[in-house]
Amino acid sequence: MTMNREFIINIMIFGLLIAVGIGAHLAGQGFTVTLATKVAILGLAGVGLNLALGYGGLVSFGHAAFFGIGGYAAGVLASHAANGDPLMFGFGGSNQMLVIWPVAMLAAGFAALMIGALSLRTSGVYFIMVTLAFAQMIYYFAISWPRYGGEDGLSFYVRNAFPGMNTLKPIEYFTICASLLGLALVFSGLVTQSRFGLALQSIRQNPQRATAVGIRATPVRLTTFVISAMITALAGALYADLNRFVSPSMFSWHMSGEIMVFVILGGVGRLCGPIAGAAMFILLEHLLGKVSDHWQALLGLMLLGIVLFAPGGLIGLITKGLDALRKEKADV
Amino acid sequence: MSDPILSIRGLKKSFGALTATDDVSLDLYPGEIHALIGPNGAGKSTLIKQIVGEIRPDAGSIAFEGQVIDRLDGAARARRGLARSFQVSSVIPDFTVQQNVMLAVAGAGGHVFRFLRPALSDPGLTGPAQGYIAHAGLTGREQSKASALSHGERRKLEIAMALALRPKVFLLDEPMAGMGLEGAKQLTAILSELRREAPILLVEHDMDAVFALADRITVLVYGRVIATGTVSEIRANPLVRQSYLGEEA
Ligand SMILES: Nc1ncnc2c1ncn2[C@@H]1O[C@H](COP(=O)(O)OP(=O)(O)O)[C@@H](O)[C@H]1O
Ligand SMILES: [Mg+2]
Repeated sequence: MTMNREFIINIMIFGLLIAVGIGAHLAGQGFTVTLATKVAILGLAGVGLNLALGYGGLVSFGHAAFFGIGGYAAGVLASHAANGDPLMFGFGGSNQMLVIWPVAMLAAGFAALMIGALSLRTSGVYFIMVTLAFAQMIYYFAISWPRYGGEDGLSFYVRNAFPGMNTLKPIEYFTICASLLGLALVFSGLVTQSRFGLALQSIRQNPQRATAVGIRATPVRLTTFVISAMITALAGALYADLNRFVSPSMFSWHMSGEIMVFVILGGVGRLCGPIAGAAMFILLEHLLGKVSDHWQALLGLMLLGIVLFAPGGLIGLITKGLDALRKEKADV
Repeated sequence: MSDPILSIRGLKKSFGALTATDDVSLDLYPGEIHALIGPNGAGKSTLIKQIVGEIRPDAGSIAFEGQVIDRLDGAARARRGLARSFQVSSVIPDFTVQQNVMLAVAGAGGHVFRFLRPALSDPGLTGPAQGYIAHAGLTGREQSKASALSHGERRKLEIAMALALRPKVFLLDEPMAGMGLEGAKQLTAILSELRREAPILLVEHDMDAVFALADRITVLVYGRVIATGTVSEIRANPLVRQSYLGEEA
């Protein structure tokens, strides 16, 4: 029953995002379409993290590493495609999203395998620190890599290409990003309800019990960490194309923190939580960012309120609201 | 007598200066309920934890079905059929009864790396789970969250999860703890049924239950085995009367 209710809320949230994108397009508001695209992309990054953090209880403070790897995969491949320099092993660059995405995801998946294999030996606050440390290492590496712009980052002038689409048109790029987000949601939803999802959630809640029924925690966690990183990397690649620019800031701990904020704001372990969280974040940034540079203070207050009083996040609040409505109706 | 299914030899474990397991040897035979008794802090739970692979002994060896299992991790031992219940009941609180048992079915089969098929519509999980739930006396409670169960029901859920491992041995750490008189009676009946599934190493404080259920008893004091024998032998043993049963009286 709860499942059904949450399913309806998920459809509502995703549907709302689509409606905003299409509505803004019809109203000729290209900028709003782009904002909705940003929500889809950052939401996607959060959907990735949510798998590890929400369902697996793996508080990764280093997901910017994967977001950045995705972004740089797009940037580096595009820059090689533009100037015709071979990349490595005789391969050139590519400006095809259908090439860039798998490269981004595989690169991040490989990095996550390494980082996870080491960090999953620790838990709690040490896990947070180890993931952060790895992300910071990559951040400094990107800064000191002049071939790809170093501190200044890397710009590319046209968006990478997708067959049959004009990716530079806001609505078309929105369509691509929202479709990928939809796919990721379906995938996440299935995974969390599969045998694997049961195992993962049991390990979060009671690892000793999981062991006692024959489930080894580490392989399950590591697999989750890798899948989670790959989804976040896909978001990174899309983000690079949205801005036509990548910079080391994609790797920074601010970025890790922001992705985590989307998840917590929206509701930890709620499928569409990260979308709600990202939407709220971007809305605040957009509306209040013009008024004051201190909009993040308000965000901080909201976050505090959520953590203290509504641990289910925005999704939890919506659920409660709907329940109250339904009850009122029933009472009448 | 047939060969023991579980055979422990010379097990030792110290926590700093404290010797929690002191050269313990013990055999569990097919079909029996073997009770492990002793005062608080005697090292009963520590012994169970070494058998299931949660903590590593400093010395000694454990054989299960004739094979040394010292190098297997806890999950592998569970999959081989060492089913354990905990002194403090331990289930997955946010899962329903059904999900808890399905988890055990999936874990026991070693098939948790299946990503896309909803577990709830997998008859390979739901079918067996239903049977174990019924066996443990929880029919009708399938959709209740584990956290909403009464203490006694949670104990039953643990038994259903243990059954799902298709166990060759049950290791039960104080299953009666915290149960009322009525609950303890019910559980005693369930346990005497359970022995038909697999032999039981039963850690228990409730002496009525122990004397009612056990075929043999091992008495542990300060990590050492001070006596092993049948119920009447243990009852008559002067050392046991003095150092353990005497305490109770
Ligand atoms: N992890 C541990 N670290 C240190 N001492 C422990 C640990 N676990 C148990 N002990 C000690 O070992 C002794 C045996 O404990 P335990 O096996 O729980 O006893 P029992 O189950 O017979 O009551 C106790 O003195 C206990 O304090
Ligand atoms: Mg104990």
